[in-house]
Amino acid sequence: MNLVILAIVIWLAAWGANIYLSSRKRTPVTQIAVPALFGITIIAMWECLVRGLGVPGVILPAPAAISARISVSTDILWTDFVQTVLKGALSGYVIGCGSAILVAVAVDRSRFLKRGLLPVGNFLAALPIIGTAPIFVMWFGFGWQSKASVVVAMVFFPMLVNMVQGLASSEPMQRDIMKTYNASYWQTLTKLRMPAAMPFAFNGLKISTTLALIGAIVAEFFGSPIQGMGFRISTEVGRLALDMVWAEIAVAAVTGTFFFGLVALAERGVTFWHPSRRG
Amino acid sequence: MRHSLIPVLVVVAAILAVWYVCAFTLNSAWTKDQAARAGVETGFSELLADTMSQERPRLPAPHQVAEELWKTTIEKKITSKRSLIYHGWVTLSSTVLGFFIGTALGILLAVGIVHNRAMDMGVMPWAIASQTIPILAIAPMIIVVLHSIGISGLLPKAIISAYLSFFPVVVGMVAGFRSPDPIQIDLLKTYNASRNEIFWKLRMPASMPYLFTSLKVGIAASLVGAIVGELPTGAVAGLGARLLAGSYYGQTLQIWSALMGTAILAALLVGAIGLAQSATLNRMGMAR
Repeated sequence: MNLVILAIVIWLAAWGANIYLSSRKRTPVTQIAVPALFGITIIAMWECLVRGLGVPGVILPAPAAISARISVSTDILWTDFVQTVLKGALSGYVIGCGSAILVAVAVDRSRFLKRGLLPVGNFLAALPIIGTAPIFVMWFGFGWQSKASVVVAMVFFPMLVNMVQGLASSEPMQRDIMKTYNASYWQTLTKLRMPAAMPFAFNGLKISTTLALIGAIVAEFFGSPIQGMGFRISTEVGRLALDMVWAEIAVAAVTGTFFFGLVALAERGVTFWHPSRRG
Repeated sequence: MRHSLIPVLVVVAAILAVWYVCAFTLNSAWTKDQAARAGVETGFSELLADTMSQERPRLPAPHQVAEELWKTTIEKKITSKRSLIYHGWVTLSSTVLGFFIGTALGILLAVGIVHNRAMDMGVMPWAIASQTIPILAIAPMIIVVLHSIGISGLLPKAIISAYLSFFPVVVGMVAGFRSPDPIQIDLLKTYNASRNEIFWKLRMPASMPYLFTSLKVGIAASLVGAIVGELPTGAVAGLGARLLAGSYYGQTLQIWSALMGTAILAALLVGAIGLAQSATLNRMGMAR
């Protein structure tokens, strides 16, 4: 019971601190401190409530139990990480996004194709592509190849739609000036339209990071070798070893955040000229 | 919209053509194998005919999928466990329930974020972080855990849908509530309008275009959530269950028809929101 009260006290204290911090001037320190405090509060309350209320570990393990599990089974987590993230998600992400960019450049030359492809691509991007996972597993077997192909199918259309829009985003005036310079198609493409498309491209790349992870993990539910994050999650749920499941989730969350952050960082470097960056 | 009809049809036709070619090449191996075992030569026309009508093709031809769809929707009784409409209804109900929960939560959070600086700085980064967790991957666990504490049926699936759909709504609505120009807010302040009045008379109407855009994203996400939520329930009912059962028993036709079912459902849901959007925005004089 004391722990429950402690949880409430932590919550109130953090709430007060947050109000205090956010009423002050916006500095880089408060910018990081407020969300960090929020996260620490959640973990602390989670720990206190799970212990205080005696929630059984098969329903919700405490953060301490999860971190203990992570430190014990780093080797399993690492092999799962290699199988799912490096082999499945990353290779699919590179192939899917790369081919979408190439197709977008090819489609961009024809107005007719662009008009037809954009609505269809938008529609396909909204579909639950994840449903094709069983089909790809059937075609390409249980290995990482089938996971990579699911990821390719998932990231292709969002990326394509963004890229086609991006390539069309340079203004007529800018294209005209390239023409007055007697620039060839390739020069216009590499010097004007590709750079202009980058904000759109990175939007697609960022959306695709989470899609890639989800695709690789969910595809493993439909059949996989005896490693991989999706495989581990589904089997450990069956054994009610939820601390292991949460350990995998923690790895997935950290990977996802890191992946997203990496792409966002690259975006900052590439699109430094964009108004939203100069701000 | 009308001028893009022909290009769209051409693209769709091209996709269908590629599909047929793929079906032929993928399925012909099996046909040739069967013919070799039976010791008969197959000509091209027989090969073509067979690849288009196998019972368990590697890739069913489009017309086979259409036929299967017709059989499982129109010719079966709706109450039958083999009717795709029955399974679609199961998926639809949890999708819609989750969508409403997620949308309500998203709008509430957005209202809080717009009116409270502590929430703006504290919640927003975590709303973004929450989406980097592949929730779909842990959907099975959520289902199993909720089941073990006695919550089963529609709600667990709806929770997954809600989790997926709240994020686009939060992001869209925060942008929407902040979309009025400062000058407009200033004008209302000179009228001595309260924050409440500013919200209902300016921010809320101004956010409508943003609302519908994010609702479209949200409902698509809800559908995905509901389908994945159906996977671990032991493939009882729903389009996701049809997918899983189909993959267990190698019933490719069943997988593809379930897949097409989800596509049709997604199109209908997004289309319905599109209709609501144009009706609302027309009434408000905001249609572009």
